This record gives sequence, C-alpha cells and structure tokens, in this order.
Amino acid sequence: MTAAPKLGRLDVARIRREYPVLQTKVHGHPLVYLDNGATSQKPRCVVEAEADFSLLANANVHRGVHTLSQQATDAYDGARALLAGFLNAAEPAEVIITAGTTAGLNLVAQSYGRSVLRPGDEILITEMEHHSNIVPWQLVAGSVGARIRAIPVTDRGELDLDAARAVISPRTRIVAVAHVSNVLGTINPIRELSDMAHRAGAALVVDGAQAVPHLQVDVQALGCDFYVASGHKMYGPTGVGMLYGRRELLEQMPPWQGGGGMIQSVTLEGTTYAPPPARFEAGTPPIAQAIGLGAAVRYLREFDWGAVEEHEASLLAEATERVGVIPGVRVIGTAAARVGVLSFVLEGVHPHDVGTVLDLHGVAVRASHHCAQPLMRRFGIPGTVRASFAVYNTSDEVEQLVAGVEEARKVFAG
Amino acid sequence: MSSAGELYQSIILDHNRAPRNYRPMPEADRMAEGYNPLCGDHLKVWVRLDGDRISDVAFQGSGCAISKASASLMTTVVKGKTREEATRIFESFHRMVTGQGGPADDLPAKLAVFAGVREFPARVKCASLSWHALKAALEQTGENRVSTELGA
Repeated sequence: MTAAPKLGRLDVARIRREYPVLQTKVHGHPLVYLDNGATSQKPRCVVEAEADFSLLANANVHRGVHTLSQQATDAYDGARALLAGFLNAAEPAEVIITAGTTAGLNLVAQSYGRSVLRPGDEILITEMEHHSNIVPWQLVAGSVGARIRAIPVTDRGELDLDAARAVISPRTRIVAVAHVSNVLGTINPIRELSDMAHRAGAALVVDGAQAVPHLQVDVQALGCDFYVASGHKMYGPTGVGMLYGRRELLEQMPPWQGGGGMIQSVTLEGTTYAPPPARFEAGTPPIAQAIGLGAAVRYLREFDWGAVEEHEASLLAEATERVGVIPGVRVIGTAAARVGVLSFVLEGVHPHDVGTVLDLHGVAVRASHHCAQPLMRRFGIPGTVRASFAVYNTSDEVEQLVAGVEEARKVFAG
Repeated sequence: MSSAGELYQSIILDHNRAPRNYRPMPEADRMAEGYNPLCGDHLKVWVRLDGDRISDVAFQGSGCAISKASASLMTTVVKGKTREEATRIFESFHRMVTGQGGPADDLPAKLAVFAGVREFPARVKCASLSWHALKAALEQTGENRVSTELGA
C-alpha cells in the first residue's frame, strides 16, 4: 500500500469547532470519537434547529388552524422536501419520515412485503446484513410462508455476484441489501443488484444507514424501489429517519400502523386512507427531530463532497496501513470499494478487551458482533473492533487508535 | 483508573491465558449456561455436589478476558465450599463489582483483583456472568440458561 495521501481540502479544525463533545476528555485523554458507525456526533446547527423549534415554534403538524401549527407544518414539510432533495427522489411525497432505519425496514416488510409475498416466494438478503435487515424479513416470511435466501460474502468482504445470479429466480419477490456494510465498510453494487432484481421481477430494498453519511445517494440513479436510512448516523438527531419508496409502489401499499393523520375518512365501520406519504405516518411524527434532520441535510450540502470522500479515504488508508501492520492484527473486510470503516481482530485478545484498552486511551470504538451475527459466523470470529470515521476525524486521532491497539497487544502479550 | 494495567491485573491476564478447571464435566450433577447475546459471551458451568458441598466445578466457553478470568477464579474459589458459602461469596463479589462496597472481609483475597471492574459499568456483566450461571446451577436441577444483560 502506498503512503496515505495528505489530508484533503477540508478545513477539519473549523469543522471540529461545531462539535463541543470533541473538546472533552475521557479517562484524562482527549476524546477520539471513532464510533461514528453507531451514531455520529451532532453539530451545533442541528441541535440548535431542534432546540429553536421546540422553544419558539412548537406545535403539532397537519392538525391546527392556528398560526403556530401552520408554521410547524411548513417546517416539517420543508424537512421532507430537504430529504427528497438529499436522496434525489422524484418528489417529496416519495419520502416517508420514520423513526429510523429499523422502523423503515419494518414498514416495507410489513406493508409491501406482506401484500406481495405468497407461500413459496423468496426474499433474497445477503450474509452481510445488519439484523435490522434480516429479522423484519424473517417475521414476514414466517407469517406468509415465504423463504429467505442469502447472497454469500467473499473472503474480501464483497458480495458474490455470481452466486447472486445463481440464486435469484422468478420466485424472488424482494431483494434486500445494505448499500454499505456496517462491519466491513463495503460499498455494494446497488445499480447492478437493482438490474438483477428487476430482471427477475423483484423489488429492491436498500438499507442505506451506513451509506448516507459517506456517499452522495441518488435513488433514481441507483434504480432502487425503496431506500431506508436514519438521521443519527448522518449528523442528525436520533429517533428520526427516512424511507424513500417509488410513488407507484407506495400508492399500492396498505398502511402499516393505524392512527391519526393517516386517514381520509373514518366511520365506526371502516376507514379510507390518506395517500402517501401521510398514509404511512400515523400519529404525531418526530417533528423537532425531522427539523433537526433537515438542518443536517443543509449542513451536509455545504460540504465539497469530493473533499469529504478524499478526507475519509485518507483516514481509512492510514488507519488500515498503520493498524494492519501491528503483529497479530487481521483486518476484516478488504473490499475494493469501501467507506471509512476499519474492522479488525487482534489475535488472542477478545474485541471487548481491545475496546476497553482503547477507551482508557480516550478512543471510542465499537467492539462487538455489530448486530451482524451471520457475518461474524461467516468469518469465524466472535466480533471485531470497528473504527469508523467521520468528517471531523483527524490523522492525529488515527495515531491515538494505533497507540491504543499497540498497548492492548502489549498488555495481553503479558 | 487510568491505565490498562490497573484493570487487567496480572492475575486476570494469567487466568485468561490459562483458565483453570476449563473442561466439560460429563459426570456433573448440575449445569447452567451463561449467555449474553448482545456481547456474545457464552459459557457453561458444571457442578458436582457431595451432599451440600461443591466437590468439583468446571467451566468452558468463549468470552472476553474479564469473563473468562472471572469464571476461572470462581472455580478455584468455590471448590470445596458449601452451597451457602458459595452464595455468600457470590453476593460479596457482586457488591464489589457493582460498586456497592469494597471487597468485604469474607471475600477471598484473589477476587479483589476484580475491584477495578466497577469503573467500567459496561463490563460488570462480563465479570458476573459465570457467577450467575453457578448460582442458577446450585439453585435448580436441569439445564438452566442465564444472562446478565438487560433485555437479553
């Protein structure tokens, strides 16, 4: 591997000033936050947008005739429009505001899945999925008599597309795949999978939770039918997320949850439902959070994305090279196309112990099975240590990671 | 606590590397399984009873250094103890790792190496997993499964 390139054109020092938590200390060391794959930190503008709404403009949406309610509705619908632009949906009505990726995937499984799946049909997932893109499909498959199959993962951590071609068939009704693996950082070939799914007459559902903080997503160019993501991994608030669905499909789908806001008219005998997106937003939505997420989209739009990608690629290359040469370290996931995620194991040391030693150095990483037990089984490991990068991370922080892993190796070498 | 050496004391590292009584026990009277699905720690504890006394105890499984060393030290401490004595040691150990008091007088000295765990609330469940499994094995016959994770 060649030497890591110099940091890109990103003014990282200026970016970091917007994140007060990055100035704090853990165990006496400056916090090095490399757990962005679990949740990113939030810049001031996101927190302030949420707080300003709650303190000065709070009202319920789509309900009242009063001025404040109208302003809240405009702000909420404005957030939807920002999300539609962010994903390049054809129109805002194709974006449903959800509680997050898990809620979005359950919605697609329970509404779309349940209405199209018949006994004997197949749902094709992959071996690298997060549990949230496995369990909702198992739930619906179990109740309709459908079968789950999985595209295998190669030793490098890429999808085996030849195997995918062999397993996809006219029985396949749904293909559900992560855009980016939360463990391996692999960027999956969504356009290719979408063509494959459509040739077989299946719909493509994409879990974009790990993609939206790192890549510019264009749902139309990807050709997917559904695209699901969370706010909190892309510098936005927790408790809010987005589901893109092609209008044609959303219109055919039955509601998932019933309640206020999703109806056209209700009698005691029956109900007619509102058109999308309202049909899928029963109850009071996460209004302040959606407005915070809108602010996160605005924040991300300010970046030069070429510079962001260059910066994260540089951190990943440096971390992979420096951690990878530590004796006993094995990097898990060496796909050609990856975002800033480095997973590794240290021989003879459990990932949790590496995580604790790193914590004592102020370095926050994730050490676990990452809610991807089938993938852990595939690689024959209990878990990995995962360092995941964001726009505010620096080369110095990679140094702290390396020093912590060296320390873990020394402690456990005895 | 500021250094890894304070948490991972040499006794812990030693028992992690070379766990004692690390074997299955086909002739056991009691068995319980400790499993924490969120972190993946998974072990089995076997007990052989001679009347009310633990005549033999063994464990096997996979997990982090804290859980493995804790299980190993536990087996060395409770062997030969009565059920009541073992339960008292468990309670004392539990108070120490959860920060409800220092190592009590009745706590075998070598278990004091786990005092540092209280600084790491996320790791308390690792240190206590084998003990909960032992307790389950002592309290009831048959195959038992316990967890020290909430909602697991």
